[in-house]
Amino acid sequence: MPTPEAPLRALLNRRYLASAGPWRALVYVLTTLPIAAPVSAAMAVLVLPWLAALSRLVDGDLPTRNVFVLMTVSLLLFTGFGPLAAVPLAMIERGRLALIDPRPLPSAHAPAPQDPVRWVRTRYAETATWRELLYAAFLGLVVPAVYGTYALLVLLDVAFVLSPFFASSGTATWTFGVFTVRSATEALPFAVLGVLLAPVLGYLFGLIGAGQAGVARALLGDRTGVALREVARSRARLVDAFDLERRRIERDLHDGAQHRLTSLTLHLGMARLDVPEDSPAAGPLGQAHEQAKELMVVLRDLIYGIRPQELTDLGLPAALRELAGRSPLPVAVTVADGVPRPSEQIEGTAYLAASEALANVVKHSGATRADILLARAGDVLVVEVRDDGGGGADPERGTGLTGLADRVAAVGGRLLVSSPAGGPTLLRVELPWRSPGLVLPAATAPGRA
Amino acid sequence: MNVGAAGGIRVVLAEDGILLREGLLGVLSRFGFDVVAAVGDAEELVAVVAEHTPDLVVTDIRMPPGFQDEGLRAAVAMRRVRPDLPVVVLSQYVQDEYAAALLDSGDGRSVGYLLKDRVADVRDFVAALRTVAAGGTVVDPDVIRRLLQRPNDPLATLSGREREVLSLVAEGHSNSAIAARLYVTEAAVGKHVGNILAKLNLPPAEDTNRRVLAVLAYLRA
Repeated sequence: MPTPEAPLRALLNRRYLASAGPWRALVYVLTTLPIAAPVSAAMAVLVLPWLAALSRLVDGDLPTRNVFVLMTVSLLLFTGFGPLAAVPLAMIERGRLALIDPRPLPSAHAPAPQDPVRWVRTRYAETATWRELLYAAFLGLVVPAVYGTYALLVLLDVAFVLSPFFASSGTATWTFGVFTVRSATEALPFAVLGVLLAPVLGYLFGLIGAGQAGVARALLGDRTGVALREVARSRARLVDAFDLERRRIERDLHDGAQHRLTSLTLHLGMARLDVPEDSPAAGPLGQAHEQAKELMVVLRDLIYGIRPQELTDLGLPAALRELAGRSPLPVAVTVADGVPRPSEQIEGTAYLAASEALANVVKHSGATRADILLARAGDVLVVEVRDDGGGGADPERGTGLTGLADRVAAVGGRLLVSSPAGGPTLLRVELPWRSPGLVLPAATAPGRA
Repeated sequence: MNVGAAGGIRVVLAEDGILLREGLLGVLSRFGFDVVAAVGDAEELVAVVAEHTPDLVVTDIRMPPGFQDEGLRAAVAMRRVRPDLPVVVLSQYVQDEYAAALLDSGDGRSVGYLLKDRVADVRDFVAALRTVAAGGTVVDPDVIRRLLQRPNDPLATLSGREREVLSLVAEGHSNSAIAARLYVTEAAVGKHVGNILAKLNLPPAEDTNRRVLAVLAYLRA
């Protein structure tokens, strides 16, 4: 699927007239008519006193008192009640913009309370509302003028094209400006001109549609990126909550289950000392003891998988070395000088990325060794995982890399993968030193310096 | 200090988990250790060690208030003041850097780094405590295994049997103990140790503890 294009860009396409572009513009412009008509009528009434005053000024007179009162009233009506109409109108227009412009257009409005009085107060205080009112004025005043002019041009072109037929019927003479056409032969150049102008008018039509869409996008959209920032923030909050939950689970397991299990195993070990080898209880007791010990290993690995304690205690370099030590492949960890500890969230994400990448290397790459590099470049934390495997890692296939990319993006970082077929594979994660999310409440005391 | 029997070895125990602390108290008293104090955090640990001057300190790494490495830091600090203070730290997981920090303290003698899992094998655990109290060095087999797995090491030149012997050496066993475990003659073990030290470019030495320290110092490098 091609990427959505702005209407104006679509116009520059050489095959514009053969594309869906003109038809989109046609639907957009035709559906504008029933919406612009009432807006235009209302605007006309409001503008009338101002036009009257203007015409008097042109004649060198000041507006009469009555006209001045009407001007004030119309202005008050426009600014007082205009927003109430402009806000729903803008909603319709944002939806209708999809007819010509596939790019989504989020509203710039902040969420408003249900209560009508507070809703009105919120809306009147927003810049977005007044930009929408400006759009209503544009729709009521500029759009009819442009459409009218265009309609005249179309009529003129039709007249050009048809002029030979009418001229040959001999019923009338045609006057185009200073030219007068009396016969079909004389009309022929006009007909040719009319035919040649048709595609120009087609383009002009597209231009009108694109222009109107552009104005709508400029005035009705979220220029400041409020909506996107909110999305980014909520995503970071989710990741934070997720991290917090992981740490809570890890702590609960560690401080609760692991301690109890260790104590249980110890008591079983003590009991074994007191039970004679030939006692019937010795066998089951020995089994229980061994199983409890195995369970301790299982639980420790489980806790390790949730969030390794080394990460919290000693930071990324130690945790990465630990990770490398656990890998079945030889993994060399290189830590550049002067990498201080980043925030907990970034640390966790960096670790997760390295861990996931290394797991992928072991599972899929067929590599014989891997390297992990940790460095700081300006305000960016860089984690690189290379291997000498077969390459061909593709984020499109398999959810591992996609999930990792999502996770990295959630804290404002990015994931880069170079993996030509035949290898080698280089996976690079860049994370901002400070995460965009909330500052986490300190779960533990600050780590060692 | 009475080393041959546990009786008379005065122990300070630091473990914040009440269940495990009670369990350890049971084990220690059963094997004749004299537990002079059992505390739940690192500050108290330092205080009671100063007060009782015990023969052995057994401490958890992760303790209040921060639940990070308070126990280890307290151990290292105490050994800075009294380098021959025998200390065994108990860890919940394998951490080379913790072991290294501890082994770097004092002159590396009288220290132990054990996984909490080892506590379950009561006899082995008690034996390790005695070794450390007697001035020996004990490093958890899991840590040794991990060190041996490290990539790009000249350790790769060691044969399988030599690795086995090195692990046992690092755990603090004597040549005769290693010979008994591997069902070979003591002379064969001596030969293996000589080969290992030669391959790792370490000066040969008679004393078991110095061999351990030499090997560990090499592994840490």
